[in-house]
This record gives sequence, structure tokens and C-alpha cells, in this order.
Amino acid sequence: MLEYAFAERALIAAVVVGLLCGLLGFFVILRRLAFIGVGISHSAIGGVAIGLMLGIDPVVSAAVFAVIVALGMFQVARDRRLTEDAIIGVFLSGAMALGLLLMGMRHGYQKDLFAYLFGSLLAVSTTDLAVLCTLAATLAVIVAASFREMLFVAFDEEVARAYGRRVDMLDALLIVVLALTVVAGVRIVGVLLVEALLVVPAATAALWTLDFRRQVALSMSLGAVSAATGLWLSFAFDVGAGAAIVLVAVTAFFASWLLRRTA
Amino acid sequence: MDAALFERVSIDLDGRPVLEEISFRVAEGAFLGVIGPNGAGKTTLLRALLGLVPVKSGSIQVLGRAPGTHGDDAHAIGYVPQRQSVSRNFPATVADIVMMGRVCCHGRLRLARAADWKRVRSELDEIGIGHLADRPIGRLSGGEVRRVLLAQALCVGTRLLVLDEPTVGLDLPAELEFYGLLRRLQHERGITVVCVSHDLLALAGQASELICINRRMHVHGNPEEVVHSHALREAYSCEFDFLAGEIAHHDRHHHGGAH
Repeated sequence: MLEYAFAERALIAAVVVGLLCGLLGFFVILRRLAFIGVGISHSAIGGVAIGLMLGIDPVVSAAVFAVIVALGMFQVARDRRLTEDAIIGVFLSGAMALGLLLMGMRHGYQKDLFAYLFGSLLAVSTTDLAVLCTLAATLAVIVAASFREMLFVAFDEEVARAYGRRVDMLDALLIVVLALTVVAGVRIVGVLLVEALLVVPAATAALWTLDFRRQVALSMSLGAVSAATGLWLSFAFDVGAGAAIVLVAVTAFFASWLLRRTA
Repeated sequence: MDAALFERVSIDLDGRPVLEEISFRVAEGAFLGVIGPNGAGKTTLLRALLGLVPVKSGSIQVLGRAPGTHGDDAHAIGYVPQRQSVSRNFPATVADIVMMGRVCCHGRLRLARAADWKRVRSELDEIGIGHLADRPIGRLSGGEVRRVLLAQALCVGTRLLVLDEPTVGLDLPAELEFYGLLRRLQHERGITVVCVSHDLLALAGQASELICINRRMHVHGNPEEVVHSHALREAYSCEFDFLAGEIAHHDRHHHGGAH
């Protein structure tokens, strides 16, 4: 019975993260934010380490740290002397180095580090689940409420600005929501694989349709189905849940790519 | 009232003067063509009119207010940017693109209601692309994209329409067709048009007034006066002789082709 409850929590958590990452993935693909996603997820290591050092919940510290790093990247990227990928490279390595340095200063953190690198889906508590669902619902509402404006900015930033849209604020909002999504995903599939959930289902969906409604629906469905299937595989074959989830999503991508090659 | 009024407007970009002492007015219902060679500051002039770049000195009034202070009425000024193509894979239909222009500036929740869809469809019909409404925007021809952007700019109660090189990349028949459409809409709705182009020949046949700039203001008048003025020679310098020879021919072509 106990075993059943924790499997159920893991399933709900994985599906919620799959849905949320599928939704944000739409904008990650549309706005070419994939590398920013990598930067944010890797910088979460620094946030986790700070949390462990200070004795606060590493997810909270990772969330705060990831948002700060994401906004930092966004701010520095507006300096047009450098390209975005160079700036992300700087932030990513800096935040990771900070994390590794802090972890190395005290013994016994390696186990925790491992949990965040690869996720710990099977240790999701009732509280974790409640926090995750609340966060996901909030982020989904924010994205839904600004969806058409964000789409407008993606289509033509200049015209959106001319019509009084607050483009910089919308971009910053998207980055913050992305950072929080990444942190939610880090808890489940880990730093190394959360990027896959942001990119792969949305990329797969983009192969099938040019209608954003269908793309979002398909991306979210693929995220959820990959999460559930991967989790089932991890139970059935006793393999890592994060890796199994990502491999299911990637398999769906390549299957779609083969099927849609001529389209 | 003037639709737009520039008074001794100077603008710097990155510390470099791009426009100096530009003054002109656009009467309501007029079609003002802004011409000048490449790099003359034409796009900057439009961006200043839209409130997208700050002025260093001088003042601008658009529809009775300073640029960028129209709040929810910002879309009373419609904007067709310089744009030759759309990413092939942009995930939205033609109707969605037009709806962006309507919904994002309209209504508290920015929701697309049935009435908004109706308006978008009728706008597309009027512009002659109703049959494309459900096609992906990335799969249209250059001329079709230009019409979609026009519909996006006009899909609310637009009073002033600002266009930046709207016919770049179009062949001559498509260009004439676009300007014909523009003038029909202007006439039917009584809107004011400000249109920028480096192509003097194209604009001279369309505009009711022309201004020629090359960082500074060179001339303001009706197309006939501008085309034959010495100031134009100054602005375009060596390009002028080539242009002058082409104008007579082009005028005939325009009037023959537009109807």
C-alpha cells in the first residue's frame, strides 16, 4: 500500500512536469531558448549547493538562484557587444563552478548532488507534490494569460512595441517562468535531463503541425505520455526514471522525424 | 488637425546624428511619401513617429499626442514594418497573425472573442485574402505576406497607417497591386498614410505629398514639384540622373497598370 502511494505520487509529479515542460517547450523552440534552458538548469547546481550550505530547502534556493541567473543572463544579453550564447556560456560555467566549489568544501554532499544531477522522482513527498502542482498551475495560468502577446513578440517584436506591448517585461516574464519550470523539472528528472523535457516534446510537436494550438496540445501530451511511460519502464525494468522518460521522448521524436520526413 | 507634425526634430543613434532639424506636417487623409537614399534615416523617422526612438531635440505630435503616449489607443497608428519574409515554420495561421494586432491591443483579458474573429475575417476579405485565412503564415508569397501585415495594421480603428518599404522584393505588378489596394483602403476609410521608400519612382505615382530626406530635410511638396527640384539632386546626388530618366516612363506605367 505504501509502495503504491509513492509510485502514485511519482506518477503525478512526472506527468505534471511533463505537461509544464511541454507548454514552456513551445516557446523554447519558437524563441530559440534551448541554450538558455541549459544555462538555467546547470546553474541550478549552484543554487542547490547554496541551499545545502545554508540548510534551507535546496529546491527553494535553486529556484531563487536560477531566477537570478536567468535574469542576469537576460540583462547582460541586452548588451549587444556579445552574442547570447557567449553570455550564457559565461553564466552557466560560473554558476556550476560555484556549485561544485561549495559542494567540495564539505564532505557528504555528493549524495545530494547526485540526487539533483539525475533527479529523485521516487522520493517525492506529499508536500513536494503539493508545491509542484501549485507552482505548475500558477506558471500555466501566467503563460496562458500572456500567450497571444508572447506570440506577437515572437512574430514581430518591433510592431508589438509600437502597439504599446511591454516587450521587455514579457521577455523577462518568459525567462522567469522558464527558470521556475526548469527548477521544477530538476527535482524530477535532474539537472542533466530537464532540458530534454523542454526541448524534445516541443520539437516533436513542431514536426507535426504549424498551428500553435495543436503544437502546444501535442507538446504537452507528449511530455505527459513520455513521463508516464518512462516511469512505468523504470519500475518494470528497474532503470533510472529520468533517463527512461527522456529516452521515450527522444524515441517519439525520431519516429516522428522518420514519418514526417517528406512533409 | 494634422495627423502628424514634426517640428525641428533631431535624432542621434549611438551618438551619431541620423536626423537633423526635420520639420513637416501630414494633413489628415493625406498620403505622404518619404523618400531618400539608403541610410538617409527614413526608418528612424518612422520609428520616432511610433515612439520607438527618443528625439534629441524638437517635438513630434501624432494624432494630437506625443509618440508612445497613446496607451490602449496605440494601435490607432497602424504599422507595417519592413519585412520581406516570415520564418517558414512560424506556428500561426494568417487569421492568427491578424488577430495578434487586434487582441493584444484590445480588451482587458486579450481574449479572442467571436466578434474579433468576425472582424478579422471581414478585414481579410476586404483586402482580398479571405481565402488564405487558415493557411500557415510561413507558407505565403511575399505579396501575400505584405497584405496580411496590412490587415494586421488595419484590424482596429486605425486612423494613421505607417509603412516601411512595403513593396521591397515585390515585382512590378505585385507592387502596383499593393499600392492600388492601399489607395483604395485609404479612400474608403479616410485614413492617413505615411509611407517610406528608397524607390522614388514607386512613391511618386502614389503619394499626394512627398518629402525627401537625407539626414536633413531636402524638399517637401507634391510629387511633381519634388521630382523636378534641385534639392532632390542634392539628396540623391549621383543617383539622380538615372532616376530622372526613368520617371516619365514609370508614371505612365503606374497609371496604366493600377486600373
